[in-house]
Amino acid sequence: MDGKAGGWRGQLPGAKDGMQKLDGIKSHRAMNATSAASKPESYRMRAFSVRHARALKRLYAALEWTLVRCEPLLRRIGYQRLDKPFARVESLTKGLLLDSQNCGQCIVGFTGLSCPMNCPKKMRNGPCGGVRGDGRCEVKPDMPCVWVLAWEGNQRLGEEPAPMQVLQPPVDHRLPGKSAWLRELRIRVGDAGHAV
Amino acid sequence: MRFEDEPVTPGDPLPILPGHSSFGRLERVLRAGGFAVTAEIAPPDSANPADVYERAALFDGCVDAMNATDGSGANCHMSSIGMCSLLARRGYAMVMQISARDRNRIAIQGDVLGAAAMGVASILCLTGDGVDVGDHPQAKPVFDLDSMSMLGMIRAMRDESRFLSGRELSEAPHVFLGAAANPFAPPLDYRPHRLAKKVAAGAQFVQTQYCFDIAAFRRYMAAVRDAGTHEKVFILAGVGPLASVRSAEWIRANVPGVHIPDAVIARLRGARDQRREGVRLCVDLIRQIREIEGVHGVHIMAYRQERRVAEIVEESGVLGGRKPWRPAVDWTDADWDQGSAAPPLRPGMRQLEQAS
Repeated sequence: MDGKAGGWRGQLPGAKDGMQKLDGIKSHRAMNATSAASKPESYRMRAFSVRHARALKRLYAALEWTLVRCEPLLRRIGYQRLDKPFARVESLTKGLLLDSQNCGQCIVGFTGLSCPMNCPKKMRNGPCGGVRGDGRCEVKPDMPCVWVLAWEGNQRLGEEPAPMQVLQPPVDHRLPGKSAWLRELRIRVGDAGHAV
Repeated sequence: MRFEDEPVTPGDPLPILPGHSSFGRLERVLRAGGFAVTAEIAPPDSANPADVYERAALFDGCVDAMNATDGSGANCHMSSIGMCSLLARRGYAMVMQISARDRNRIAIQGDVLGAAAMGVASILCLTGDGVDVGDHPQAKPVFDLDSMSMLGMIRAMRDESRFLSGRELSEAPHVFLGAAANPFAPPLDYRPHRLAKKVAAGAQFVQTQYCFDIAAFRRYMAAVRDAGTHEKVFILAGVGPLASVRSAEWIRANVPGVHIPDAVIARLRGARDQRREGVRLCVDLIRQIREIEGVHGVHIMAYRQERRVAEIVEESGVLGGRKPWRPAVDWTDADWDQGSAAPPLRPGMRQLEQAS
């Protein structure tokens, strides 16, 4: 996407403006393309998930309830063996609903169901100061700021601002691609393992 | 302005007073109840220290501390730690800005120790602009931390004497911790909460984005006061002169997070001398900001108009007769002839000390 087109952008002195226009054309063309590299960015599912934050949170609570009950079985099978299939399911479901970036340490429960890893600055503790007046992203002007969505989602959950006030630690870069659900489960049942 | 316990060699640290976290002048001024003035100093595209000293000299005697920016706008310049080290060794009070964009937690913690060792007493934690807006859009955006987790990390280094990993430090960095705030960007209702979160994470002072919309800033400050946050953090409102209508419109369109109301543009447009009017506008804003309860100072960002800062400070009377510290070059011969190692305290200084 952007990065692919930008690979040589800066090597042309003074070509930045022109290239931005080219990028614009490229993204229009991309609307009809099918390859993953030029997939058009649609933010409709994110907005949908934030609008339905309450229902989705309840859904996850049900899943967690089930997992906690199945925990002895999961443990017998082995978390390591289960990680890949779980991560795949997560990637599919959360990828579809939230555009999840599979950081492996999900905090959407605190962010009104808006995945903070979609923020170009990977901010996990609230919006930066660059949010545009219309609520769109400073870096990607056609994308709604994930934190503006998060604020909206939290209002739908009726619990603002408390969840967004929780200080989130920096990302553990060993975890991306791993299952966040299993990690959550292990924290809950008190078998944190190496991942915490 | 000089403190009574001023070190003989200007670059040496002041003693850390009880209840203070740093050896710096900025914390001293704020905790003594002074209305502080800080200014942004733009690092040069040069390896020559003389360029740094020259830029700093423009602010001599009119600001309490200078913020050295860290690759602001994602453009490459001399590093903030280099700037701060050079100037802190001469006795200047420096605020070292750290952007999370360019360095990971290993590099940042190392820089914090290095900077504190070089005499930097204040650090401002920023997430930073995206690389796309700068002169190296091909660069890898690091963003290992965000401003909030950086605050927490450096506070733990200072207060618990440990790295983020838990490994112990043999001497903690005694720094006064700051953060940025933008009262004017969406989601507006969340912004006062965000300030409170930064304070909870470790911010002791904040410097805001440019305040051109006083009505919006008053609303923000009312919410901040309602939450009692203004009693836990020193708030310095960002101000700056607009050079012309053209530059105001350019900033409005291109600089992320800067909100300039139409009335401001109209006022500039109506003026015969736009540059002069920009300075007058800035002076008016400072005077209005000074009256807002819970504001403890102003932060002047006068990029490429640094020469106007002294004029703005003078004209606005923001220091109220207080004279900030300045390097010894202005000591009169009489001061030296009296045989003292340092010149006598100036009258304005005593008032501030009594206030504490």
